[in-house]
Amino acid sequence: MRVNVTVNGEKRQVDDVWEGESLLYVLRERMGLPGSKNACEQGECGSCTVYLDGETVCACLVAAGQAEGREVVTVEGLGTPEELDPVQQAFLDAGAVQCGFCTPGLIVATHELLARDPHPSTVDVREALAGNLCRCTGYEAIIDAVHLAAGRMAAP
Amino acid sequence: MEFLRATSWSDAVSIKAERPAALPIAGGTDVMVEINFDRRRPEAMLDLNPVADLREWDRDDGRVVIGAGVPYTRLIDELGADLPGLAMASRTVGSPQIRNRGTLGGNLGSASPAGDTHPVLLALDATVEASSVRGSRSIAIDDFYLGVKKSALAPDELIRSVRVPVGTGPCHFAKIGTRNAMVIAVCSFAVALQVSGRGVRTGIGSAAPTPRRAPEAETFAASELDWSGRGPLTDAVARRFGDLAAAAAVPINDVRGTAAYRRHAVAVLARRTLAWAWEEYRACA
Repeated sequence: MRVNVTVNGEKRQVDDVWEGESLLYVLRERMGLPGSKNACEQGECGSCTVYLDGETVCACLVAAGQAEGREVVTVEGLGTPEELDPVQQAFLDAGAVQCGFCTPGLIVATHELLARDPHPSTVDVREALAGNLCRCTGYEAIIDAVHLAAGRMAAP
Repeated sequence: MEFLRATSWSDAVSIKAERPAALPIAGGTDVMVEINFDRRRPEAMLDLNPVADLREWDRDDGRVVIGAGVPYTRLIDELGADLPGLAMASRTVGSPQIRNRGTLGGNLGSASPAGDTHPVLLALDATVEASSVRGSRSIAIDDFYLGVKKSALAPDELIRSVRVPVGTGPCHFAKIGTRNAMVIAVCSFAVALQVSGRGVRTGIGSAAPTPRRAPEAETFAASELDWSGRGPLTDAVARRFGDLAAAAAVPINDVRGTAAYRRHAVAVLARRTLAWAWEEYRACA
């Protein structure tokens, strides 16, 4: 089937999509956007977190056809290599990236959190990122990165 | 596989009549897992996302009528004051990403014994509104769950909404899992006090082939609680209530826990939730 979806502000059309395919597969394999990671395929790990019409979702649990006519923003849409999003920069600076596999999902989830709550408490950060698993860092550096990004984004 | 898109409620119901084997998909948080892992290959999926009516809720004669497509995030944000027990159960579902997508109707449609909203819907005496081209009918929640992932829905029916009484009394929910987020319940329990009729209703989750009530525990608590004097819940009553609740469970051993652990945990959750509900009742004197 054909799917029309706006991804990172650009209207995209893909053909020959299998009806049971996930949005994640379409993004990675058909649109060349490998930022969203494919790990658990069951919504447990959050590595494929993207925005769907402004809400964070696991792209692996959205059927490709359900994205028809809707707006998706992936980690690739948040910054550019020249100008990283403040959340991306903070993750680098805080050492919140080790193997990097969970990072795109955490970046998107953090981006959403800080848009909604510019100064989250650590408890709120843990709650907001509860659906994103990291097996390297032990999360402490990730939480530091969120606070670092929040501080920088609040600074004039 | 075919991908069928319902653009309106009447469209959805007609498609389901023509294609009863089409698997409804809303949030996809159950359906897509089964498809991703090749556990299920329906001949068609019926996407309900475009049906805007399903995402609405309304108040009607002492009840809240919740569209089947209302996601957990909105049950928490918009219905937390009316239905705190349902909001509490919704907070324990998955993660923010899952709560943004997963819906009340989907929880019912999947009818997993471990679904988080079931105990609360049982305790609150909810009604499931099912529709087909043949018409609509109300299914009492007590009659809805028929077996493991089996519900009373006919093959041509879709869940339109869920009617839940509000303001009937305190309702509390508790769930056991290995961490706060992202867990399927090892077991769960909900209790609701029906203040005007001095009744108690319960719901047990993940400790029997279906979500189920604990009728003996309900009758016992209703007769033993000091409704008029609003005296404290005695330890003896709380313990007996817990034991009767555990006796109503028919748990199994599985990867999440043993039957013995589940039975014990149901007893603990039952007395704990009854204590919370009773304290709330006493405080409202």
